[in-house]
Amino acid sequence: MTLVALEGVGKRFASGTQALAGVELRIEAGEFLAILGPSGCGKSTLLRLIAGLAAPTEGVIRRAASRQVGFVFQDPTLLPWADALGNVRLPLRLAGVDRAEQEARAAAAMAAVGLAGFERAWPRELSGGMRMRVSIARAMVTRPSLLLMDEPFAALDELTRHRLNDDLLGLWAGSGGADGTTVVFVTHSVFESVYLASRVILMAARPGRVVAEMPVVLPGGVPGGAAAPRPAGFRTSADYAALCRQATEALERAMAP
Amino acid sequence: MKPQDAIAPGIVGLAVLGGWEGLVRHYAVPSYVLPGPVAIGQALVADWPLLAGSLLVTLRIALLALLLAVSLGGLLAVAFAQSRWVERAFFPYAVVLQVTPVVAIAPLILIWVDDVTVSLLICAWIVAFFPVLSNTVLGLNSADRNHLELFRLYGASRWQTLWLLRLPGALPYFLAGLRVAGGLALIGAVVAEFVAGAGGTGSGLAFRILEAGYQLKIPRMFAALALISAAGIAIFAVLGLVQHLLLRRWHESAMTPEG
Ligand SMILES: Nc1ncnc2c1ncn2[C@@H]1O[C@H](COP(=O)(O)OP(=O)(O)OP(=O)(O)O)[C@@H](O)[C@H]1O
Ligand SMILES: [Mg+2]
Repeated sequence: MTLVALEGVGKRFASGTQALAGVELRIEAGEFLAILGPSGCGKSTLLRLIAGLAAPTEGVIRRAASRQVGFVFQDPTLLPWADALGNVRLPLRLAGVDRAEQEARAAAAMAAVGLAGFERAWPRELSGGMRMRVSIARAMVTRPSLLLMDEPFAALDELTRHRLNDDLLGLWAGSGGADGTTVVFVTHSVFESVYLASRVILMAARPGRVVAEMPVVLPGGVPGGAAAPRPAGFRTSADYAALCRQATEALERAMAP
Repeated sequence: MKPQDAIAPGIVGLAVLGGWEGLVRHYAVPSYVLPGPVAIGQALVADWPLLAGSLLVTLRIALLALLLAVSLGGLLAVAFAQSRWVERAFFPYAVVLQVTPVVAIAPLILIWVDDVTVSLLICAWIVAFFPVLSNTVLGLNSADRNHLELFRLYGASRWQTLWLLRLPGALPYFLAGLRVAGGLALIGAVVAEFVAGAGGTGSGLAFRILEAGYQLKIPRMFAALALISAAGIAIFAVLGLVQHLLLRRWHESAMTPEG
């Protein structure tokens, strides 16, 4: 089933910047889609269009009727005056869920990202990676059918990032994988996109457009989406290196004039 | 502030008072020209019942005016934040009220309003409400863009956005305005009392200063002045404490360096 379909979508800002042009994209239910591209190519703009936070200036966006969106911004955007649990239960509170259920579901979401015991901590008392996980828990707490993530791990160190990658894949698989949450993940790391996604799309700048698309197929013909979380040692395996090389070459071909 | 932080200003204060007393004695300055701290202290003790009553009168006006400034300034700010149009339409008049010197309007208000207490209150309110209003408006409009989008994404109502996002975010701004307003409410009350006191009404501290001046009881004049300063400092300190208690868990302004 197609969750969101973009047809000939373009976005021109009032300043005259053509951020996106002629984007054709279908987001299928259950996939883990990575959007890969250089800085300034319109990835954030595209994600905001998909979320419905901005309207396209050309083309149309069709959405499946019932869809609950979760959004993880490039930085954690936690409310500094609320503790971690208060931040995580915010979407439920806004939806009018009753208090006891808010707390229970928020606590469960925090446990799922490995933050059990930090419910009463204030955002400023948490490390950058923990704040990001609170932000992810907040996006997951509504059990969204579509989870949009804008370079969520860009500011983190390599090791934390690897751990959170695995956690994210675990969450995605735990949500039912191919028939649970659909993830759209923006990144400018080839390695991250290949590690996480079942499909990678490549974007180029000026104007921002989709230039190539690459399904991630793991060795033995296993589709990327079916192998989450990745097998142990995958990150250092020759297969992973080959996939990264393949994606890098595709990216270079796409960027070539 | 830690207790040892009070040592340096304490030493400076004592040195100034000591030097003052020494000079007054050395040159035998008559107390109706410049009384020394000891004479002022004696006046404070001797006239305490009188001065304390006046202090209460002035403080009552200042605190009531502050209360009005907070509630009306805050409500107006929320109304302004609801619509740019309302803000654009009314904000200039708030500015007009703010830049007009209170000494200049106080006589008019005293003429128009029969009750002296009420007119003093209005004068003090005019001076005090603007910092609350302008700071709170700024705070309400300073909500983080990403936070606003987050609320939009989750379908927050206007009311939810105000209550859960804009108001808490405006709190530090509001409290900073409140701290300024506290001092201004006292100044407004005293200035209005001066204007009113010239007509022989009222019995606040400003009236005591005028009265002592006519009677050449200069030490009492200084004692009343000292009480006004002390009241101002006390208001400032109490509001600072309120600010600290409300913000210490989350706002940068209330953090110690090592957190
Ligand atoms: N609100 C805006 N008004 C005007 N121009 C904008 C606005 N937001 C983005 N742009 C422009 O649109 C283009 C794409 O921006 P966008 O933020 O989508 O890039 P990005 O791919 O997310 O970059 P990065 O990887 O650095 O986050 C840029 O040229 C940017 O200057
Ligand atoms: Mg971006």
